Amino acid sequence: MAKELLKGNIAFAEAAIRAGCEAYFGYPITPQTEALEHMSKRMPELGRVFLQAESEVAAINMVYGAASAGVRVMTSSSSPGVSLMMEGLSYIVGSEVPVVLVDIMRGGPGLGNIAPSQGDYNQIVKGGGHGDYRPIVLAPATVQELIDLTVEAFDLAEKYRYIVVVLADGSMGQIMEPAELPPMKPVRKPEERPAWALTGAKGRDPNVITSIYIDPAVEEEFNLKLKAKQERIEANEVRYKEIALEEAEIAIVAFGTAGRVAQSAVKAAREEGIRVGLLRPISLYPYPYHRVRELASKVKAMLVVEMNGGQMVEDVRLAVEGRVPVHFYGRMGGVVPLPEEVLDEIRKVHSGLAVPA
Amino acid sequence: MAEEKLVESLIYAKPESLYPVGTHYCPGCTHGVAHRLIAEVIDELGVREETIGVAPVGCAVFAYNYFNMDFAEAAHGRAPAMATGIKRVSPDKIVFTYQGDGDLASIGMAEIIHAAARGENITVIFINNANYGMTGGQMAPTTLPGQKTTSSPLGRDVEMHGFPIRVAELLSQLDGAVYVVRRSLHSVANIRKAKKAIRQAFEVQQQGLGFSMVELLSSCPINWGLPPVEALQWIEDHMLPAYPLGDYKVHPAIAKKPTR
Repeated sequence: MAKELLKGNIAFAEAAIRAGCEAYFGYPITPQTEALEHMSKRMPELGRVFLQAESEVAAINMVYGAASAGVRVMTSSSSPGVSLMMEGLSYIVGSEVPVVLVDIMRGGPGLGNIAPSQGDYNQIVKGGGHGDYRPIVLAPATVQELIDLTVEAFDLAEKYRYIVVVLADGSMGQIMEPAELPPMKPVRKPEERPAWALTGAKGRDPNVITSIYIDPAVEEEFNLKLKAKQERIEANEVRYKEIALEEAEIAIVAFGTAGRVAQSAVKAAREEGIRVGLLRPISLYPYPYHRVRELASKVKAMLVVEMNGGQMVEDVRLAVEGRVPVHFYGRMGGVVPLPEEVLDEIRKVHSGLAVPA
Repeated sequence: MAEEKLVESLIYAKPESLYPVGTHYCPGCTHGVAHRLIAEVIDELGVREETIGVAPVGCAVFAYNYFNMDFAEAAHGRAPAMATGIKRVSPDKIVFTYQGDGDLASIGMAEIIHAAARGENITVIFINNANYGMTGGQMAPTTLPGQKTTSSPLGRDVEMHGFPIRVAELLSQLDGAVYVVRRSLHSVANIRKAKKAIRQAFEVQQQGLGFSMVELLSSCPINWGLPPVEALQWIEDHMLPAYPLGDYKVHPAIAKKPTR
């Protein structure tokens, strides 16, 4: 397939369709509404299911139902809407059904605004809904990555019977870039639905999709199973990108759009002779703790850049364990940092490294 | 000596759609009756193997331990949304929810209204026992004025808590709802009528006509503080005047004659 100019929201919706997504349930919210609109046109065209729900609460529970029936299903929303979906996410994890959610984050808290933000890192990456779990979280920095990670999200969701969140911000949803869509994959045939799914107990014992274990010992057993699953995820699904980290004295850690801005700043700083590189985590859960820890033994300082008040920086500090100073630069409320601002921070960190010979 | 003939005739058995197990329901509670009626109807229609049930949060949270068929357990009030998701991707299956009054008429009011408005082709069995049973008898949207519950200890004061919601009447106003009736489980004659309505509701779904709901007035002897028989009498004396039985909406395709 050739590259075409694609808007992020439409790109991930079409990518989901091509990944064999059979049903989409959603609710309009800026800045992700184009995805819902695209689905409303394309899904019926293809004989698949599109339904505009009465709320995000209903949307995620429709998704929960369709996932229980064994089809590839997704929803997408933005911060305030995703807050409403948290109940559903917890049930989805608690009953082990595969679901994909794309969260195009906007400024908060409260109604906030419709500008790009990474203010929901803690909410999404650390769990969000009640109970002991963390979703798989994938953070794209380009429209191409948004496409690729959405496709991958469906495979990971089914591999682990788990929730996968593609966590992007409003600029990822709204930006237009050349990108390539994957080829069309057919939807699963009804007879190919998984053995655990609710398909009617014809010639087999009934299947039950539930998240209630009233006996604490049994609930603990389920939690241990969930924990073992998360350990497998942590062992196998860490993803990140590295830019110019060879011989670096300073490592920037930034994800998504902040990572992209930081990449421009790194290029400019390198031109000034500052040895700085970038680690851009793509999987936010599982987090690349191991790689951050390795870097901490190689560089002299770290700088975390986020579009929030400092959320992922806590994970970086957990990994660094005080080996090197960890600086932070963040913009909030929907303000996207400029490369020059990040460059200034790099210069500050660099000047702090100067030690007398 | 003439040979004696032993004639065996089966007069009572569990429907195949119910597991041969006891339930956790309180003595005298009518959930067991409602379960059995649904199971008998599903057996009679021969659809057990293509039926998917959705349980609520409430006393019937473990319904899947009793119904011998595929089942999902929804979040509180969300059964109609979950059933929508299931039905939309499996339109050839029979999908029903089983919900109490706290689940359906309080926390799940948005989901039930919109499922009905969409004409979602599912069947809803709505158990109205005028209180939250599972949590120990708190005030529900269906609690009667003056009715004492653990969260309205002086009786429901409509000045403070507002008025009961008549769900069947409410849903019958929506164009997507095509079969909406209220029945009661307080006597044998009424139980028989309830079964007919449940059967009709499932047939509405089989014919793809749209949303169907049967509201069942039910007893909650333990939380009402009444012996089972008196609890049934309480339905007749107090609930029937507030929640009139009847057919609130019947699709022309199945309405043989006006029933109301």
